[in-house]
Amino acid sequence: MKLLTREALLSFRRAPLLSVLSVTTIAFSLFTVGLFGLVAVNLRAALRGIEERVEIVAYILRGTPAETIAIATQDISAFPEVSDVSYVSEEEALRQARAELIEFRDAYRDLQVNPLPASIEVRMKDGHRDAATVARVAQRLRGFGFIDDVRFGREWVQKLDSLRNLTGLVGLVIGLAFAAVAVVIIGVTIRLTILQRAREISIMRLVGATNWFIRGPFLLEGALKGLLGGLLSLVLCYAGYVLFRDNSGGTLSGLIFFQPMQMVLIIVFGILLGLAGSMVSVGRHLRHV
Amino acid sequence: MIRFSSVYKAYPNGAMALKDVTFHVSKGEFVFLTGHSGAGKSTIMKLLFGEQRPSGGEVRVSGYNVSTLKADDVPRLRRRLGVVFQDFRLLEDRTAEENVAFALEVTGARTDTIAARVMRVLTQVGLSAKGRAYPRELSGGEQQRVAIARALVNDPAILLADEPTGNLDERATRGVFQLLRDINNGGTVVVMATHDLDLVRQTVYRTIEMRDGSLVYDSDVDEAAAEAR
Repeated sequence: MKLLTREALLSFRRAPLLSVLSVTTIAFSLFTVGLFGLVAVNLRAALRGIEERVEIVAYILRGTPAETIAIATQDISAFPEVSDVSYVSEEEALRQARAELIEFRDAYRDLQVNPLPASIEVRMKDGHRDAATVARVAQRLRGFGFIDDVRFGREWVQKLDSLRNLTGLVGLVIGLAFAAVAVVIIGVTIRLTILQRAREISIMRLVGATNWFIRGPFLLEGALKGLLGGLLSLVLCYAGYVLFRDNSGGTLSGLIFFQPMQMVLIIVFGILLGLAGSMVSVGRHLRHV
Repeated sequence: MIRFSSVYKAYPNGAMALKDVTFHVSKGEFVFLTGHSGAGKSTIMKLLFGEQRPSGGEVRVSGYNVSTLKADDVPRLRRRLGVVFQDFRLLEDRTAEENVAFALEVTGARTDTIAARVMRVLTQVGLSAKGRAYPRELSGGEQQRVAIARALVNDPAILLADEPTGNLDERATRGVFQLLRDINNGGTVVVMATHDLDLVRQTVYRTIEMRDGSLVYDSDVDEAAAEAR
């Protein structure tokens, strides 16, 4: 074990430039992925606030008996997608309108007859706020005879959906491209080390060193570079995060950084990248030594 | 210890390196493998230490069947063998001691035993005073002795020597050959491939001669046949 670590660390001394190159490539690839991840994480946090307000408003025909509405409200709140249902009476609607629409306060005050209909506000459960589900529930609400009209932010919901999908996709594509570059560079570095040490490796074989013993240091070398690259990328991401947060003039002061679990994931991903690069190279080149 | 039974070896280009080669080597033997270059000596050596597999027939070495040897078993076979070559194959950036210790380190020997074992074999090959020397500071004969020490350090049952004196002058040749005889006297089987016929004629050791991939002469078998007549 000691020998294994020593051999793995030796490569940093044997080829310092290449080692630095592979660590920085991994760091940069993970940095890019990390930045997109940060955007996605923050976007999701922002969307969650908006999403919680996604609701369906069903306007009720004038003159509908209170019991009918009460029974319907119970039925609707039993829908599996629905988190809560609240009834807004005609008077309450007027009160809200007066409070919220200050410009029209005078107009509302002078009214003799209340023009606003009563309504039921339906809030969706977490995980059921996508466009398709919302539309389905709205359709079901239309089926109630006393319901006049159903409104919901269909376009809003759809836009949120596609924005989130797009961020994820872009992050994934760029991340994969950089990961591929990192794997190739690690592979080339390890290949050079193998060629440099061809004589040593052939003697190891000759005297009966096991394949894993010969491979071990190369795999460990790749994993170590991945680990360093992962750590470096987190430092870069944090620097980028602080830069954005402090130079946004306060508009991005609510920006969040990765959770500890997400940071661990980035580092693990770095280690896997390093391992993948060294495994490919070891598999292809060690045989010919 | 070694058993070749009707062994064939074809190379991918179709050339036959070995044709129907059969011979046995028993415990304690010293065997010369002779023949011109390309006659199949090196192929036999490579089969013996599991570098190549036979195309036909069976090769058994120290209890292992090389024909069906799994990749994981090759290291195990090699730990029971010592192999030396014409070109010594030492690591230039390590001292004699470190070169010998290398064979122990990479096969997982206990670290606290390494120094003593290295000293023992270096003494055996007569280089106890030159352990700190680098290969470039040693003569050809001394470098080959380091290589032999490395081959011996794992206490092999069989020592394979492929043209071990090919790069040495006459005096160094005699010294290395004497060392191999001493090792054989200690009970280790020695198979030595050589085209130095003077060396072969000086001794009474068993000789196997190869020509164009076929075994054309085996002193053991042919002399027994002559006696029978």
